[in-house]
Parts: sequence; C-alpha cells; structure tokens
Amino acid sequence: MRPTKPILLLAAAVSLGAGVALAASGDPERARILDGYAAQAKAQTPGFAGFSAERGRALYLGPHTGGKVADTPGCASCHTRDPAGTGRHYKTGRDILPMAVSANPKRFTDPAEVEKRFERDCVNVLGRACTAQEKGDFITFLSNQ
Amino acid sequence: MSPTRSLRPLTGIAALAMLAVTAGAAFASEFERVRPVTHAATQKECGECHMAYQPGLLPAASWTRIMDGLQDHFGENASLPADTAAAIRSYLTQNAGSGDGRLIRITEQRWWLRKHDFAPSIWTRKSVAAKSNCEACHRTAAQGLYEDD
Ligand code: HEC
Repeated sequence: MRPTKPILLLAAAVSLGAGVALAASGDPERARILDGYAAQAKAQTPGFAGFSAERGRALYLGPHTGGKVADTPGCASCHTRDPAGTGRHYKTGRDILPMAVSANPKRFTDPAEVEKRFERDCVNVLGRACTAQEKGDFITFLSNQ
Repeated sequence: MSPTRSLRPLTGIAALAMLAVTAGAAFASEFERVRPVTHAATQKECGECHMAYQPGLLPAASWTRIMDGLQDHFGENASLPADTAAAIRSYLTQNAGSGDGRLIRITEQRWWLRKHDFAPSIWTRKSVAAKSNCEACHRTAAQGLYEDD
C-alpha cells in the first residue's frame, strides 16, 4: 500500500474533474463508469472531494455490521482479502475471478453488470445500497491494486 | 428428462433403450444425463454464484417460486433487472423437469436424497463446501453429465 499512496492521491485528485478519470483507470469504459459515479456523488454528497482508494479499501475489507447475510461482513468474504487472488463464494465455494484490475483487466467495464452487483452485494454486506461515492471509492481502490 | 428419478423404476430393457438413445459417452452407464443449459443469460446470471443448474433438475412450480423470491434467495439478495429475470424465468419453466413443486431446493427433492444417502461429513469437506456444489464430485455436472459415483 505505502509506495502507491502518492499515485492514489493523484488519481483521486484527477478523477475529480469529470472526463479525466481515464488517466486514473486506464480503460475508457471504466473511466465512463467512474465519471458517472463522480457526477452522482457531487450531487449527493456535500463536500465530495474525489474518490479515495483508502475508503474503498475499508469498504472492501470490512468488517461491517447490519448486512443481510451475517456470514459476509466484508466484500472480502467472497472476493478474498487479497483482491489480486481468486475469490470464493462464501457458501457455494464457486470461484470468483480476481477483483484487482491488474489481475483482471476486464473489471468494471460493463456498467450494467457493475450496477447489478453493487445493488446486490451492498445489501448483503451492508444492509443497504452503496452510495455513488462508495462505488467510486471501491473501483478506485481496485483499479490501483 | 428428470435425472435419476425416472431411471430407477425402469426395467432393464427400458434402461438399455434409454442408454442407446443417450449414447455418446463411452461409459454411458456410469452417467445420469440432464439437458445442459442452453440459455446465455441463465448460464451467466445463475452461474456467477453457483453452477448454473439445469432447468430439468426442478419442476416448473419450483422455478417459479425461486424466480419470485430472488430478493431473498436462500438468505441472499440475488435480484436481477426485470427483463433479465423474465427471460430466465421463462427458460427455466419451459424446460423444467418433474419433482415436488413445493420444494425449491434441488437437494431436498426425493430423487436427490436417494442418490446422496451417505455420511453427512462429506458436505463439510473444504473441497465440497456445500451441497449446492455439484461439481466438487460430479466433475462434468455443468454439462449435464452426472457421474454416478
Ligand atoms: C456472497 C459473495 C459476495 C460478496 C460478499 C460480495 N460479492 Fe461482489 N461479486 C460476487 C460475485 C459472485 C460476482 C460476480 C462474478 C464476477 O464478477 O467475477 C461479484 C461481482 C461484483 C462486482 C462486478 C464487478 C465487475 O467487473 O463487473 C462488483 C462491483 C462487486 N461484486 C462489488 C461488491 C462489493 C462492493 C461488495 C461488498 C460490499 C461485494 N461485491 C461483496 C460475490 C460477492
């Protein structure tokens, strides 16, 4: 984590300006998704100052309480604590491809898939929908992993 | 085409005839066959969290209940966009098998229980994880070929 911090801060700063998320995410489709969340976050969250990989990391690891599924206190419960590793569905044992963009460049490039999974996984882990800022934080964290 | 249930009571001759029809696998007698999933959305959406179970493994009434309850799918929120859910619902119900439509778990159907009558400790092995993980033992389950072991 340490050595990448300045880059993360830079990325967060860059993604503030809509349209420039591409520099941070490296894929035009992922950049569009991030820009969309940034626009929503600006409207929803007073004082929104860009996405934070650190906050994304905390969201990813948990532990959280109040989720619909008590056995999954974090996103890491299925996606594993090492986002570059292969995940495992906590109950069925099904493999899940790595979440880190470095290990799986297709991550966060299909907006419908991304929204569908946020909608679902956030309720199971947090007991509520994720905010646009949380979604952007999550993708920013994993884009730098 | 429901798996074992229909095979069991058949006479030897009928069973042989069935095998001839489903021939192709070198050791057909060691497999139970179910028509594989042929619907892309079903394969993708169901297959994210568990093996995409073949529609023939449950009767239509069970699939209807499952698709009615995706918000609380065995304790998890597994909701889908309405159009995707509708397409999957019709594929599953139109290709459904037979069984007890009051039960939504494949693993509670009578034919399933009869075929899996062994020590409960098997289910807690790390490689198995859950009864829902057909492929832990039936390596070709995703293709609808259930090794009879
Ligand atoms: C119950 C297991 C489970 C938990 C817990 C879980 N996920 Fe997932 N998640 C999955 C599965 C399965 C997929 C789909 C398979 C895949 O994309 O490889 C997925 C995919 C995703 C995707 C889609 C990524 C893409 O590239 O399209 C996002 C976004 C996501 N999860 C976010 C989260 C967040 C945020 C949390 C924590 C709040 C979380 N997940 C917790 C199982 C889980």
